[in-house]
Amino acid sequence: MSTISTLALKPQAELKAQVNALNFYYGDFQALKGIDFPVEKNQVTALIGPSGCGKSTFLRCFNRMHDLYPNMRYEGEILLYPDGVNIVDRHVDPIEVRMRISMVFQKPNPFPKSIYENVAYGLRVRGLRNRALIDEKVEEALSAAALWNEVKDRLNDLAFNLSGGQQQRLCIARALATDPEILLFDEPTSALDPIATAKIEELVDELKEKVTILIVTHNMQQAARVSAYTAFMYIGELIEFDDTKKIFTNPSSKLTEEYITGRFG
Amino acid sequence: MSSIPLKPAPQPLIVAAAAGRSLAIPSMNLRRRLTERAIEAVLLLAALVSVFTTLAIVAILVWESIAFFRTVPLLDFLTDTQWTPLFDDAHFGIIALLSGTLTTTIVALLVAIPLGTVLAIYLSEFAPFRVREVAKPFLEMLGGVPTIVYGYFALLFVTPLLQQIYPDLPGFNMLSAGLVMGIMIVPYVSSLSEDAMRAVPMNMREASYAMGATRLQTALFVVTPAALSGIASSYILGISRAVGETMVVAIAAGMQPNFSFNPVEPAATITAYIVQVALGDLPHGSLGYQTIFAAGLTLLLITLLFNIIGHILRKRFREAY
Repeated sequence: MSTISTLALKPQAELKAQVNALNFYYGDFQALKGIDFPVEKNQVTALIGPSGCGKSTFLRCFNRMHDLYPNMRYEGEILLYPDGVNIVDRHVDPIEVRMRISMVFQKPNPFPKSIYENVAYGLRVRGLRNRALIDEKVEEALSAAALWNEVKDRLNDLAFNLSGGQQQRLCIARALATDPEILLFDEPTSALDPIATAKIEELVDELKEKVTILIVTHNMQQAARVSAYTAFMYIGELIEFDDTKKIFTNPSSKLTEEYITGRFG
Repeated sequence: MSSIPLKPAPQPLIVAAAAGRSLAIPSMNLRRRLTERAIEAVLLLAALVSVFTTLAIVAILVWESIAFFRTVPLLDFLTDTQWTPLFDDAHFGIIALLSGTLTTTIVALLVAIPLGTVLAIYLSEFAPFRVREVAKPFLEMLGGVPTIVYGYFALLFVTPLLQQIYPDLPGFNMLSAGLVMGIMIVPYVSSLSEDAMRAVPMNMREASYAMGATRLQTALFVVTPAALSGIASSYILGISRAVGETMVVAIAAGMQPNFSFNPVEPAATITAYIVQVALGDLPHGSLGYQTIFAAGLTLLLITLLFNIIGHILRKRFREAY
């Protein structure tokens, strides 16, 4: 599987991460089964599959989100390049991992703080105190998330006063403010209307210039629109990983074909 | 009768009426309506009992206080620094009692608020499941101990202990009463604060951890601010408990009115005075009898003030997540 997966990348592709034989267990239940998977730098990789296939579980391995809950276990490796550290290794501090890999969640989840403080949060927990630098980073992140013009005059307003789409872009700005190497999106548009969704998709496309993106989505059109590579997962296994165009026009697996043509899922 | 559905929808009703059972349905309806009404009346009565009790208490306090203030000018009540209503040379300076109440309350809060908050943060954000399961019932037990037990604990255990460090400490003092009262209030503060913190949704914590925050940062910068209204309520409840507490202060702080804010001195609080006077045999309607009500009214106004502050805080810091 590993060789097939890597072959899908173009020869000159630079790797940002490589997943090797990754297993994940909730207690006795094995949620991920031997996943092998390359992540190309500065590209968007989409994860699709029916509910319960393990795509969110897989995504949450990248920032060790599972460590917040008891009775879980990782096996195998996710190597993060350029240094090649295995981020699911027990001896690697999850906080170190989360310093390098940010996440945007399914439901917009801003903190009960001002717009400004939401974006500054990651900088503050990293111990940054320089007000001018924080100001600069906040503006940069909000601009990158295409939100600056809408909120620049009310940075001290409570984040809850924004609309759902704006809140989600605020969460993207919050995740961007700390210059992550990989940005994880867990169904970022499932709670949004079509216009807000279109804005986020546009944003994802722009953001890949500076950050590697992994996106979990239920929406196959979305995967087709935003990603360069698509992985199809089913019951904890990676069924197929390939160029997005190939997955959606000529998948190698019968199961993938049935899923993308809407025969199940 | 048994064939009639328990909750007839409009449709079956018409069907039943057409079938010639029109009498059975309205009588059923009537009975149901009467039951509804009766239950409503009972519930309203139950609600009114508490309202009337409160009103009656306030009315009696005010009524007797008016009689009191006919003899003692309000200015003397508020400015005199001595409280000796039962002496020949009678003085009615409530601040001699207020100072005691205030001092013991502050000592108690200096114990209860930090300890209760830290405990709440620990239980909600740090404690493993098993520890929480054991610690919570113990804490709640602490809140169930009768206050008289706390009173003697302060007088016979804490005061001698403090006297080892500070030999000049009198047997009755506000310090040990306040400290023990603080311990007594800890469960109220910690339990309510913890509930408020646990009500903060998990996705808020996940967002914080995902930004690379530590547990402590998440607890202090995200969970605590989000739960602030509940935490503030727990503090207000703690203050009300401390102001109204009687047994501990009556036993451990002495019953000697003393205008002093020094915790190592003995002093009487408003509640301690009331319990002291109530134990004696004052003739009904005498001035000494009326002082109880004036003191009680003062106490009521203080707790009312804190309840209002609590209400404002709750509204101001309420978070919708």
